[in-house]
Amino acid sequence: MTETFLGMPATAPPGVGHLRGDEPFPVAARRALADAQLRRNVGHATSTIRARSAAVIGEVPDWPQLRAAARAIKTDTMARLPELLEQLETAVGRAGGTVHWAADAVEANRIVTDLVRAAGVDRVMKVKSMATQEIGLNEALADAGIEPVETDLAELIVQLGDDRPSHILVPAIHRNRAEIREIFLREMPGVDPALTDEPAALAAAARRHLRETFLSTRVAVSGANFAVAETGTLAVVESEGNGRMCLTLPETLITVMGIEKVVPTWRDLEVFLQLLPRASTGERMNPYTSMWTGVTPGDGPQAFHLVLLDNGRSAVLADPVGREALHCIRCSACLNVCPVYERTGGHAYGSVYPGPIGAVLSPQLTGVADNASLPYASSLCGACYDACPVLIDIPSILVHLRAQAPHPRGEAAAMAAAAYAMDHPALYAAAQRGARLSRLAGPRGRGLPPPLSGWTASRDLPEPPPQTFRQWWADR
Amino acid sequence: MRVALFVTCLADTLFPQAAVATVRLLERLGHEVVFPEGQTCCGQMHVNTGYPDDALRLVRRHVRVFAPYDVVVAPSGSCVGSVRHQHATVARRAGDERLAARAGEVAARTYELSEFLVDVAGVTDVGAYYPHRVTYHPTCHSLRMLRVADRPLRLLRAVRGLELVELPQAEQCCGFGGTFAVKNPDTSTAMLADKMRHVLATRADVCTAGDVSCLMHIGGGLSRLRAGVRTVHLAEILASTEANPAGGVAATPATGGAR
Amino acid sequence: MSARDLVLGRLRAALAAPAPTPAETPRDYRPAGVVAADPDLLADRLTDYRATVHRCADADVARVVAEVLGGRRVVVPPGLPPHWLPPGVDVVVDDGLDAARIAAVDGVVTAAAVAVAETGTIVLDGAPDQGRRVVTLLPDVHVCVLRADQVVATVPDALARLDPRRPLTWISGPSATSDIELDRVEGVHGPRNLHVVLTGGPGGG
Repeated sequence: MTETFLGMPATAPPGVGHLRGDEPFPVAARRALADAQLRRNVGHATSTIRARSAAVIGEVPDWPQLRAAARAIKTDTMARLPELLEQLETAVGRAGGTVHWAADAVEANRIVTDLVRAAGVDRVMKVKSMATQEIGLNEALADAGIEPVETDLAELIVQLGDDRPSHILVPAIHRNRAEIREIFLREMPGVDPALTDEPAALAAAARRHLRETFLSTRVAVSGANFAVAETGTLAVVESEGNGRMCLTLPETLITVMGIEKVVPTWRDLEVFLQLLPRASTGERMNPYTSMWTGVTPGDGPQAFHLVLLDNGRSAVLADPVGREALHCIRCSACLNVCPVYERTGGHAYGSVYPGPIGAVLSPQLTGVADNASLPYASSLCGACYDACPVLIDIPSILVHLRAQAPHPRGEAAAMAAAAYAMDHPALYAAAQRGARLSRLAGPRGRGLPPPLSGWTASRDLPEPPPQTFRQWWADR
Repeated sequence: MRVALFVTCLADTLFPQAAVATVRLLERLGHEVVFPEGQTCCGQMHVNTGYPDDALRLVRRHVRVFAPYDVVVAPSGSCVGSVRHQHATVARRAGDERLAARAGEVAARTYELSEFLVDVAGVTDVGAYYPHRVTYHPTCHSLRMLRVADRPLRLLRAVRGLELVELPQAEQCCGFGGTFAVKNPDTSTAMLADKMRHVLATRADVCTAGDVSCLMHIGGGLSRLRAGVRTVHLAEILASTEANPAGGVAATPATGGAR
Repeated sequence: MSARDLVLGRLRAALAAPAPTPAETPRDYRPAGVVAADPDLLADRLTDYRATVHRCADADVARVVAEVLGGRRVVVPPGLPPHWLPPGVDVVVDDGLDAARIAAVDGVVTAAAVAVAETGTIVLDGAPDQGRRVVTLLPDVHVCVLRADQVVATVPDALARLDPRRPLTWISGPSATSDIELDRVEGVHGPRNLHVVLTGGPGGG
């Protein structure tokens, strides 16, 4: 390992958390594509949400203006990130909260574990949070003898099913109602054996299962959707009320927040609270949004800890093109419109951040070499950019990251040779005539060697024409 | 109008009929077509595969070759998209601000075929005749990078004899994506399978689009299925007339593999 | 070096590479104060997300509460206007009750701070007529009484009226989930029944 100056931007450390997959995307995708149930579940869910989202976005006359404002606010935030975080720290402290700084996943896990131990408990309840998924907090707590209880319905399904989340908003999107019923029957103590697969019945079972946990657990861990630097206000956006339970009932609340979630002013929330629900769940407004500033005497947790997490974000910020990925508000609209995600589901991406935003965020957080296949996990169709409520140009970042990816030696040589030939028209014309040699590859190219056989496994190559255009032009 | 044809390397090499049709169509409409012979490839494949340094020389060549012309037309949304949205970036990345500026000027004068016809030439009825049932696939770069919107459909609706049928889930990517189709062949094929299913559901004889690349992909899949649907570039349809049904491209095969 | 100094140092170093150049944030979306509040739209949007809307005069609130919660046990915040409560409901005033006690009642009656017509949202800010957050969380039925002058048009209007130092709960319909096949299902952990009583204005008193 090379010695790096302590103050230099750093990527997320390996060996902790869930940002790196075990295998390259094409390999994982191949397996996912063979799962007909998964494809049907993901296809149904994403088409449902696309239609709902489009309908409620259509109701907003100033949607383009809100997107432009969001992009500007985020650009401004990133330019002033250090001072805004200091401002946030001061405001939270003034309101009775305590701010902790975590350079990476290891440090964040240690901070949270120490806080839970100090509270003298061996169980915490959790609100769905991407940041704590990213750092592998549940595993770290379990290693320390602390039981983490996921309270979001989808996270509960994932936790009970000993599964991995596959979507930012709906981590159990790869499961249908029948599979969820089976998981509940198998794993939920005391569940009614007559439980049906009606979503309302399944939700009611989760309500009964978690009620006692909510009332008796003294420490909760949450993420944050937004943190307002000028006021120290934290916001959590949710649907089920599990968030309200966790943010209201315990004595101690620990919030783990990626440093990019800060927004400068209270007023800025007026932009994001309009964009997020419509882009995310396709609702005009999500059922519940909680906002709190430090500690309120007599109401809610009387101890509040905010953990500010870097874990590779400083490295993302250091890339003038890629840093736009930090604008993400985790709405998952890009997943829902992505033709690749729709067919592979989220697990193929290997990281807790799947889909188009994951394909630009994960490689930057870990360093591109550790997630080198992800920038290529896109046909660059651009649907994600159109859907993004904060106007992140995901296709351009994908292309930018491909330039940083380690390239196979043979490919690099072929690309250089092609560029050279194409910069020399005589060579180029000769190569074009050579294209007709592809006939040697067998009928319709079926005899081609890998990787080109990847094409001809399912598609014919065109018959080379008798003459190229430029030959025709010269002859006319 | 004097129009420089930006043929694109793929049409030049594998689908000359689309380029020939573009020439015939533009000439029929009274334009003078010139072919700057120094052109080769816009470099999009290099940029999108992660080789912007290799692409730089191709960007430089493209800009040098097309700089003298007032109007540049290409039968490809994808390649025009690269010229418009990538060339200046490649130049700037290499620290060549002067090239970036010149690339921006060339890009501003470069049009995809349907853009040129509707916006510059001001025509939607090009006098074409094409007695077939046709469905149109809006390729991603035409749709989202160039925002050609309904221009190709307006052109197709004015073609005599042509029965236009709507493609279900038309705006979904066909799964080509350049080297995506090679690097992620399974996912690409899954996307293609759905695209072909939708094309077949239209019961069209012909699937058309503004990019030979996507048509090569869709046509290659349909050919493997022996599905009996041809892929034909938009230019070939617009070049076709009663007097000259194949638009003067008679000797050349249809765009896709399917015949 | 502390973690704080480490993180801030890394971020400053990251911004030493060409820093983002922020432009002035364009605020040409509909800001606070430009759209007229429409209580009918609020009622429509609340109903669309499965809340039940009642419209009446302030003097008739007790009658509506009786219809919804008659004969059942109800918790109320200490500052709730007493005339909103009908005889015949079993009322417990929250004077710091423990959670189990609140969970054991059937319903809760509160006022609200503001409501957003366009999104069908009511916002509670912990004022004495709204109480602690826990009282509107554990009971299964929440009756929320709104004055017409508390209805604003848009999210920016609501934020302009709210005080960020108070604990705020934005409520848009009953508890719901979209976690099963992305179909919305009402009723998970929060109150499964939300009744909004709109007083004053058209249709009211």
